[in-house]
Amino acid sequence: MKALHKLLGAAPLLAALVLVLPHSAPLFSALFPQLERPVYVQESFSWLLGQHALLAFVSSFVAVLIGTAVGVGVTRRVGQQFKPLVESVVAVSQAIPPVAVLALSVPVVGFGEAPALIALSLYGLLPVVQGTMGGLREVPQAQRNAASALGLSLLQALRCVEVPLALPVWLAGVRTSVIINISTAAIASTVGAKTLGSPIIVGLSGFNTAYVLQGSVLVALLAVVVDLAFEVVAERVAWQR
Amino acid sequence: MSWRPRINPVLALLAGLVLLALVGLPFLRIAPNRLVSGEPAYFLSMLAGLNGWMFLAACALLVAALFRQSRLLLILVLVTSAALAIGLLWLAASQAQLDSPGESSIGRVSLGSAFWICVAMSALIASDALQRLFATPLQKAAFGFLVVAVVWIMFASGLCDNLSIMKEYANRSDGFLAVVVRHLQIVGLAMAFTLAIGLTLGWAAHTHKKVAGIVFPILNVVQTIPSIALFGLLMAPLAWLAARWPAMGEAGISGVGLAPAVIALTLYGLLPVVRGTLAGLQQVSRAQINAAKALGFQPLAVLQHVAVPLALPVVLGGVRTAAVAAVGLAAVTALIGAGGLGSIMFEGLFSNAQDVVLLGVLPIIALGVLVDALFRWLISLAARQARPHA
Repeated sequence: MKALHKLLGAAPLLAALVLVLPHSAPLFSALFPQLERPVYVQESFSWLLGQHALLAFVSSFVAVLIGTAVGVGVTRRVGQQFKPLVESVVAVSQAIPPVAVLALSVPVVGFGEAPALIALSLYGLLPVVQGTMGGLREVPQAQRNAASALGLSLLQALRCVEVPLALPVWLAGVRTSVIINISTAAIASTVGAKTLGSPIIVGLSGFNTAYVLQGSVLVALLAVVVDLAFEVVAERVAWQR
Repeated sequence: MSWRPRINPVLALLAGLVLLALVGLPFLRIAPNRLVSGEPAYFLSMLAGLNGWMFLAACALLVAALFRQSRLLLILVLVTSAALAIGLLWLAASQAQLDSPGESSIGRVSLGSAFWICVAMSALIASDALQRLFATPLQKAAFGFLVVAVVWIMFASGLCDNLSIMKEYANRSDGFLAVVVRHLQIVGLAMAFTLAIGLTLGWAAHTHKKVAGIVFPILNVVQTIPSIALFGLLMAPLAWLAARWPAMGEAGISGVGLAPAVIALTLYGLLPVVRGTLAGLQQVSRAQINAAKALGFQPLAVLQHVAVPLALPVVLGGVRTAAVAAVGLAAVTALIGAGGLGSIMFEGLFSNAQDVVLLGVLPIIALGVLVDALFRWLISLAARQARPHA
């Protein structure tokens, strides 16, 4: 339960920073005396954190729903003809950076939250599909045979045998998807979405290193907290087996 | 697999999507200048003369899905899909010639969603056909090379010069090569540092368990930190260093530009390389090392002739992950003034010029795919060396 202890340290730190940063003007004007506005005030940090988390959560949710369905579908009899195609699409897409998908979705839907949502959902699909297929591949044939010998229907075999065995690898895929989405959501502020990346982008274009630092610390901490939360769940899942 | 399906649901789905896109989505966008978004122009309105063959080809692909997938049929499908993609590019290029001829014309004809969807679906149809033909990697590469060569000739001959993306390219063709070189420079420098540090750390983690216990938790956290945040976190300390010691600033170390970009990319690359090196070395068995020693190999010779060749495929797997990621991450470094192809991409995003975005993004994607393919090939070579009889 080491991860749980780290999480119990990191999560309150993130909350505390969000609350304290708006009142940290004296500190940042001491660090960067040349700056007129040492603290980002266009939007509140707590609101940006909420937006960032919401964007990453909604897109990951869509990605997990579709990705799991695709992964399960192509490992069934019905979808087996699509499996090589899905595998090669996943392989090729890994060479495409998330920021490229983000940039390409702007011409399709315009600026704002929409292109970010689309790009994140699309890119988040890959690790989920990969995790689902990888997890199901690891289920031994003997166990599938045992399930059918016990008279389990295909649906029962999926629920009682394949899902529990595939869960850890699937969870690792979901974790990668969420972490990538948190990262890309930060860059999404370049296409008009308001996230914790906004102070960074505004700071970079206005030579305000203090803004950049404030945004960076919060984004980094958010990613670490969410990753630790997944670690806690992964430990639980591994422990149950 | 001896059992061959009668119909091909994959081809049916993909060909159906091609037809739907051709009928329902804009094939081109035509604008009087680069600042306004264009009016959609549909494929069906361009069916003058012999252009109808492309529509028939798409229909033929859909029909082909309903027959037994014999070798001959699959080869026909493969050729048709390639011809369709190339034909669509040719149609778009010649339509652009009609609507905004000449370099001086400020009119813009850009490729619409139907074009991109059809090209992507054609690629997937070809990939599916190659898979069903049990094509060897060499045959797949030859087919890909052939199609790319034809497209290259079409662009090099000036046939596509009136498409808006090529007009944007013509506007900045002088500096374009320098931007690509800069991108490669960022990736190359970062990979050089990554390899030097990563291989050493991987070796150390293999020989001393304690090192692994320290290195991996740190690298895992680094990997979790979003790229733009890591750039931001490096900015302030580097700027401070440059201000404190002007000599460092003169050497090119500063809060923006190449230094934070290369440092961040190196940090990201370390985890896959160290992990790959450790995993590669761990799978070399004690017995294999002992056998070599028994044959009278010196420690260095054991490393050179046994450990390195056996570990190489796995190590290269880690390097591949790091290199492909670096190509993509280098695009983001444009935000901290490091230059590269990302600078064109973000310039396009900030000025809402779709073709400028494409001009930045397409080479990034091509570069990523190319690096990926290169390492796959190297890995297969190394694997053959490591297990010649497998």
